[in-house]
Amino acid sequence: MSNFSVGFRSSGAVQILDLQGELDAHTAAELEAAIQKCQKDNRVHILVNGANLMYISSAGLGVFMAYIEEVRESGGDIKIAALQPKVFNVFDLLGFPMLFDIIETEEGAVAKFSAPTSD
Amino acid sequence: MASSTHTLTIPSSTRFLEDVREFVSTHAATAGFDEMEVEKLKMAVDEACTNVIEHAYAGQSEQPVDIAIILNRDKLVIRIRDKGQTFNQQAYREPDLIKYAKTRKSGGFGVHIMRKLMDEVSYKTTGGYNECCMVKYRQ
Repeated sequence: MSNFSVGFRSSGAVQILDLQGELDAHTAAELEAAIQKCQKDNRVHILVNGANLMYISSAGLGVFMAYIEEVRESGGDIKIAALQPKVFNVFDLLGFPMLFDIIETEEGAVAKFSAPTSD
Repeated sequence: MASSTHTLTIPSSTRFLEDVREFVSTHAATAGFDEMEVEKLKMAVDEACTNVIEHAYAGQSEQPVDIAIILNRDKLVIRIRDKGQTFNQQAYREPDLIKYAKTRKSGGFGVHIMRKLMDEVSYKTTGGYNECCMVKYRQ
């Protein structure tokens, strides 16, 4: 039995993925399948809500790494929101804030998707 | 405090990583490590076991992975042994996050994480098995 699940929700054009449980080398395939489903459905504004994500290992982080460029190339993004502090520390440890938009709240992340980008 | 040792053997399948994390959490917390330190220990051991399962045993799911936690007065030592392929430390390079994303690479952070989280990480191969030894000193 897997202790990890992904829930799907929408907020306008934003596809929200609710992660729940522990994301490791065993469960990473479920996140991968979820992101692939988003791509297949042409839902590339992906917001990962980590409020109920209790643990992540490098295998889970690797899934985000593997898809971020592809999703951005198709005009979207993967933004990560509402991480628990202990999980955020792991993202931070590897320098993920340099590469990913990590936002404190889901509302803030949804707003960033609709805001014009300034580079 | 006298030294004490706790052991766990799992088959080489990622299905059992959850059990490994539980085993580490329980003993590290009982030994007095705080929540943040327990998280670090749990993750370092998860990464080490994942490497054994995916690389040393390369998909064979019934091989033994032996984990031992040795508690001393000033430190916690974790020893992970396998009989699979030896990890080539010489060939190892620290990962570059930006480069990884550009090449859509998803793996290769395990050792980097272990080194960041633990005070010491070492490997040796002796007597027909590989051993990864990680040390965390009490603060």
